[in-house]
Amino acid sequence: MIETENLTKDFGQFRAVDNVTLKVEPGEVLAMLGPNGAGKTTTVRMMTSILAPTSGHARIAGYDILTEPEYVREHVGVLTEQHGLYERMNGLDYLDFFGEIYHLPRQIRRERATKLMTQFGLEAALKKRVGEYSKGMKQKLALVRAMIHDPRVLLLDEPTSAMDPQSAKQVRDAIIDLRKSERTFLITTHNLTEAQLLADRIAIIRHGRIIANGTLDELAQHFVEQPIMELRVNGALNGLVADLDGLVTVTKHGPNWLQYQTCDPYTVNPQVLQRCTGLGVAVVTLSPITRTLEDIYLQVVAEDEAIAQNTNGIAQ
Amino acid sequence: MTTTTSPTKNPSGNYIERTRRSTLSNALIVTRREVRDSFRDWRIVAPIIILTLVFPGLAQYLAQQFAGFLEGYGATIIGERTIPFLLMIVGFFPISISLVIALETFVGEKERRSLEPLLSTPLTNTELYIGKTLSAMIPPLIASFGGMMLYLLTALTGELAWRPQPMLLVQIILLTIVQALVMISGAVVVSSQTTSTRAANLLASFIIIPMTLIINGESVIMFIAPDATSPSGIGALWAIIVAMIVVAILLLRVGSTLFNREELLGRTIDSINLGGMFKRILKWTIAINDECSPARNPLDWYRRAIPYSLRKLKTPIALTIAVFVTAFALGFMVSQDPAWRISLPEAPSYDSVSDTFALFSQQSLQQEALGLVMWQNARVLLLTLILSIFSLGVAAFVIPPIVYAILGFLLGQLLLAGYDLSLFLAAILPHGIVEIPMIVIATAAMFRLGAIPTRPPKRMTVGQAWTMALGDTIKIALGVILPMLIVAALLEAYVTPMVIGQFMS
Repeated sequence: MIETENLTKDFGQFRAVDNVTLKVEPGEVLAMLGPNGAGKTTTVRMMTSILAPTSGHARIAGYDILTEPEYVREHVGVLTEQHGLYERMNGLDYLDFFGEIYHLPRQIRRERATKLMTQFGLEAALKKRVGEYSKGMKQKLALVRAMIHDPRVLLLDEPTSAMDPQSAKQVRDAIIDLRKSERTFLITTHNLTEAQLLADRIAIIRHGRIIANGTLDELAQHFVEQPIMELRVNGALNGLVADLDGLVTVTKHGPNWLQYQTCDPYTVNPQVLQRCTGLGVAVVTLSPITRTLEDIYLQVVAEDEAIAQNTNGIAQ
Repeated sequence: MTTTTSPTKNPSGNYIERTRRSTLSNALIVTRREVRDSFRDWRIVAPIIILTLVFPGLAQYLAQQFAGFLEGYGATIIGERTIPFLLMIVGFFPISISLVIALETFVGEKERRSLEPLLSTPLTNTELYIGKTLSAMIPPLIASFGGMMLYLLTALTGELAWRPQPMLLVQIILLTIVQALVMISGAVVVSSQTTSTRAANLLASFIIIPMTLIINGESVIMFIAPDATSPSGIGALWAIIVAMIVVAILLLRVGSTLFNREELLGRTIDSINLGGMFKRILKWTIAINDECSPARNPLDWYRRAIPYSLRKLKTPIALTIAVFVTAFALGFMVSQDPAWRISLPEAPSYDSVSDTFALFSQQSLQQEALGLVMWQNARVLLLTLILSIFSLGVAAFVIPPIVYAILGFLLGQLLLAGYDLSLFLAAILPHGIVEIPMIVIATAAMFRLGAIPTRPPKRMTVGQAWTMALGDTIKIALGVILPMLIVAALLEAYVTPMVIGQFMS
């Protein structure tokens, strides 16, 4: 599992990570979202014991990042932002090299390399020079490298960024599969759809601080305004917009559709449907507009920006 | 080398058998990969093969021609001594490639971003450092020894039928190894300060130029050394070997300090922020404590900032005193050897010397002496400072102790010639009472400044530690050394001659 408490990292005067506290249980996937330079990579580097925190502490896979760095790295698989492969080696030798570093006996590391490469559709490229791999193949190889020693914790930086849809699905399937066997994942990504598909919980980081952390629903409830309903009718609205005034707030409408916000859809929606019947409007569908992670993300970042501006204004 | 097996249970319940190994065997995993990778690169393989197979033959041909040419003029000794020199060159050319490999291994990986996956593995900094250092050394050394073997075979069995002292061959082989080690350990230090191979190659001139000068020096020694045919080897070459081993150890230590995950990933740009650097140095120059709090005024600076920096010199001062006492004792011991005896008049005539010292009471001479004494002391200290920075503090314990060795030698000679000890004390003590502590403090500060990269304080990078030490050194130079330098020079120019004059009359 991953446990961090007030993890902070300063580079000179610049605070890259500011009091990050996270907990990811075994079998859980946490997606860390944030703009470029938000502190995601530095956080991951501290979790891998590559960088020492300025303050705070963390335990990864049960080991302390400061006092047991070698053990932390032994039980963590890392997919770095830059894959950094040795291009003159072939895929099998490359994985064999890392397997040896993780003290896997030769036979086991060869078997695991072949199994994982086959799982990701790279079996034909085992003996091929890495320099001849496509971008997506290289990313998959880097991912296999992170998994070669069967780590308990996987820290994956943009795991599918360079992949075609089919390859991306293979990777997602692999993550889902590993999650079942109680592996802990921290994924940093800009791909909000992927985060939505994979993550149990989302953490949004900005200026080194975690500004939101929870499940998608928790974040939606906390940060996004009242749910939006969309009503589609057969024909014209026949004055429905004016008729609904006072009952709901119509936010948008077209010739045969409208959207409104309500805090109590259970009470309000039947009343809306009654008024449609009264006006002779034939309802085709009435459904909530799904709030995407993108909506939540943008809302959270905008709120944080506003708070920061207010604070600056007060300070000035 | 111990090897144990420890199974680790995964959350899935599977056991993965893991074999724990020693530091060296872990390092060798990296070495094997890097060496194989080097041999996959034709740009490394081609010069190694050419220099191993072609150059020894060429060198041998040149040696034959040269020896033959010189024989015509009866200067056979020059031709003979060219052979070991060329053997050294045959060995040196391939090891110069180690510099290229080291820069490629350390900075090249950083540049290609392939270092981070390696840093994310359980390998320790030391294992990575040893692994990479060995990988930069092994291929060039194989080529170097291969070339030397070829050259030796032809020199021993060919037309020249060279019969060298075995110890000379040992010396040349040792020199080749330590030179490779110094270049590689230097390359690691250079690499840590850069993020591109281009910048590293430019900075590498700081390694290759001094190394070439050392090779020049070694070749001159081989030609002119009076003990060139001694069965115990050339004395001066042994001194160079020892000095280079010391430098290599210090450089390896600096390299291992710099080769840590924090330093490697922390430095991402090669820009210079001179303003920021000067600010940091200034901060330490006026600091009164470890938190870098500034002194409030010049009085506060003297009262708190200077003692704060002097306290840091406790160990270096103790070391300096020990080195100076040893140097003095060595000088005295050498003076007792009849071979080093100087012919001084057995029955000293103080009157004639006394007249000479009386001349110093003239004001113009005293002023001239003041300038000379100050300039002499200042330039010795400046030279020591510069060399100390580049030699990681070694020069601080080489140049100033020479003065004390000479003093010890002179005392020995004076006593042997029947002079009174009080004459020696009269000539040294009046200004020495200020000058000796000044030299001790200055040497200790210069040693600390040079040596601090080899052992930076905890939680400080090498750069931060060096900036702090430089600030401390400037502080001590301005607040302690400079005033003492002036006072000592005044005493030496005005008081010492008077005391000697008084003593003699």
